[in-house]
Amino acid sequence: MRKKAFRAAFPLTLPVFMGYLFLGIAFGVLLASEGFHVGWAIFMSVTIYAGAMQFVAIPLLTAPFHPLSTAFITLTVNARHLFYGLSMLEKFKESGPLKPYMIFSLTDETYSLLCSVKPPEGVDHRWFFFFIALLNHSYWILGGVIGCLAGHLIPFDSTGIDFAMTALFLVIFVEQWENSKNHFPALLGLAVTILCRLLFGVDWFIPVAMGCLLFSLGLLKRKETH
Amino acid sequence: MYVVLTILTIAAATFLTRLLPFLLFPANKKTPEFVLYLGRVLPYAIMGMLIIYCFKDVNFLSWPFGLPELLASLFVILAHKWKHNLLLSIGGGTVLYMILVQAVF
Repeated sequence: MRKKAFRAAFPLTLPVFMGYLFLGIAFGVLLASEGFHVGWAIFMSVTIYAGAMQFVAIPLLTAPFHPLSTAFITLTVNARHLFYGLSMLEKFKESGPLKPYMIFSLTDETYSLLCSVKPPEGVDHRWFFFFIALLNHSYWILGGVIGCLAGHLIPFDSTGIDFAMTALFLVIFVEQWENSKNHFPALLGLAVTILCRLLFGVDWFIPVAMGCLLFSLGLLKRKETH
Repeated sequence: MYVVLTILTIAAATFLTRLLPFLLFPANKKTPEFVLYLGRVLPYAIMGMLIIYCFKDVNFLSWPFGLPELLASLFVILAHKWKHNLLLSIGGGTVLYMILVQAVF
């Protein structure tokens, strides 16, 4: 049963393997350049498991410990995950004991993969979803380990390697764009955030933009139903 | 020691953002239609927001006017539309960006 689910899940995760391996390497190299050894890369990738946030976390590790501002930064950078959960309420309903891990491992890529795949006939969907999540997590850890080791062994100029994160978001944006007919929410996200960046400055624009997006999409829904 | 605490704080806050919807809307109760609607449209808007977030520190008013970012982004978008290969789009785009900021601009 589980074997069957694993075999069905594995090929579907290969694109994420490529992306996570590279992104994980980029993260590991940056972490190594700040002097952290590979144990830290594993510890972070196992417990945090959030691509963008782990990049943001690196400067926080070397700064003095501020629990509240650290938590606040994490909440703002990861707030999009709130909405991923909303789209998975139905899918994880029957996951039972696997559910806590499914929720924990709901990253950008796992989310977009779970949105788009359907378990084949005769395959237990709970284990199928679980293996997708678990495989992705293991790719992410592997990438971080390779990057951190390589960063210590072969020192090189890694300036600009954090662009991997931008590239990842662009790729997800392109895929979402191709998979939907209504492009308004995507365009709204771009436009509102640019406006907020210009009006509210670099420290505050993300929470403000999130509020504005919730509000404007809510208004749109009201218009639709009336 | 503080490093461990910082990492655990980040891990806990990250898990919280993923857990909250499931706490607010338990499986045995009907989720409001409005919330399901937000679950459908928000991921698109949020991805747009994140892209702008990545460009937050780029200065478009002085040299090099964000050219490395724009060129590398254009490569990522076109490469991905063409091949849909994550390694080419993300790997290629990142290497191009590194060359642009280290050697060209």
